[in-house]
Amino acid sequence: MTESQAADLEGALSFPALDRQDEEQLLPQLVAHLREHRSRLRAEWASRIQDSHLLQAMTPTEMGAETTSVYDNYVEVLETGSVEALQHYARDLSERIIPRGVETHEVVGIVLLLRDVLARSLFEKYQRDFGLLNRVLDAYEPAANRIANTVAVSFVDERERVIRQQQDSIRELSTPVLPVRERLLILPIIGVLDTERARQLTEQLLIGIRTHRAKMVVIDITGAPDVDEAVANHLVRTVDASRLMGASVIITGLSPEIAQTLVTIGVDLSKMNTVGDLQGGLEEAERLLGYR
Amino acid sequence: MDGKGDEVDAGPALVSILRQGSYLIASIHTALDDSEMERFQSDLIDQIGKHRSRGVIIDVAALDVLDSFGSRTLRNIGEMARLRGAVTVIVGIQPDVALAMVELGMDTGKIHTALDLEEGLAYLSEAAQLSNPLSPPVDGER
Repeated sequence: MTESQAADLEGALSFPALDRQDEEQLLPQLVAHLREHRSRLRAEWASRIQDSHLLQAMTPTEMGAETTSVYDNYVEVLETGSVEALQHYARDLSERIIPRGVETHEVVGIVLLLRDVLARSLFEKYQRDFGLLNRVLDAYEPAANRIANTVAVSFVDERERVIRQQQDSIRELSTPVLPVRERLLILPIIGVLDTERARQLTEQLLIGIRTHRAKMVVIDITGAPDVDEAVANHLVRTVDASRLMGASVIITGLSPEIAQTLVTIGVDLSKMNTVGDLQGGLEEAERLLGYR
Repeated sequence: MDGKGDEVDAGPALVSILRQGSYLIASIHTALDDSEMERFQSDLIDQIGKHRSRGVIIDVAALDVLDSFGSRTLRNIGEMARLRGAVTVIVGIQPDVALAMVELGMDTGKIHTALDLEEGLAYLSEAAQLSNPLSPPVDGER
């Protein structure tokens, strides 16, 4: 590994101390160069993006506006050394483009393309003096790496935030406790039950029992794709806890596969009152409540 | 009727045991330690005989925790009361308490429960109409 490569790697995280002075002298030069050829370099970059089929979710106009902003932000980071403004912009941009299905590799791809376009223009400008070119790249590369890093991290952060948000809303949506008639609740379970969700579901059910003064609860698990031992035990606990609150539970919608699995793995469900489907469960509940 | 009224404790009553017709209504007002729980148990079993009660309601709505000793005692009271000829219903178990009880794996199988005092009274009068009020509950139906 050569020294410049090593410095390059290190530069991804911080500016190497040795180059401080050089950097201070060279970076303003670079920035001036990049500002001077702004429209040419930006156009070149935009055409490279087109060629690589990146960001096809965006219209050409949007693309023009965004590439200009990214370019300006990029040069600004080179000039000031501070990534805060860029971070802010990248987060903002991510917020706008994530809902349209832009992937991480596209975002990283365009930043790396810009890095490449700018490096080539520097090569062109300084190709006659190798010593100077080396120093210019020493100053440019760490800053460019930092920028790529910042943009990628901001994008991924934003994506994760969106995913978390969606998970939260799915979780809330997926455990409705529905009163069907006086003293009778239905709890349809849809989707995968994990420990956290099962606990939350039990809590909501117990609160529902108190609020609606329910005596019967029908838990329908037609929509649960898989029931394993842990989930079955959660169900048993839910039934027990409901009973402590004075409500009896009927479980409906056990699929043939689930029934076979449960018996095979030996979960004790003798305490559970089960009926084949939701309709049967409701009829049974109404009978027990004395409606028919 | 206050089970604690004549005790040496100067503070407010921790439990009250009231007679309502042929039923006893015992309310626990605050968390009890183990010895208080035991005294509550013997007081209550005592009073069942004294008043010739056919049903007992234990209201735990004021409790936001119920430890394993507490719930075992409640279960035992139910069993003892049955031997003395009374049906016991625990009412007012809070959601958090119910959850904690099953998470701790307590055997709650034999306890009769109802949502609140009103439900508990309704349950007892139904049980009284059955030919044999001492029979255990039909599992999962009540």
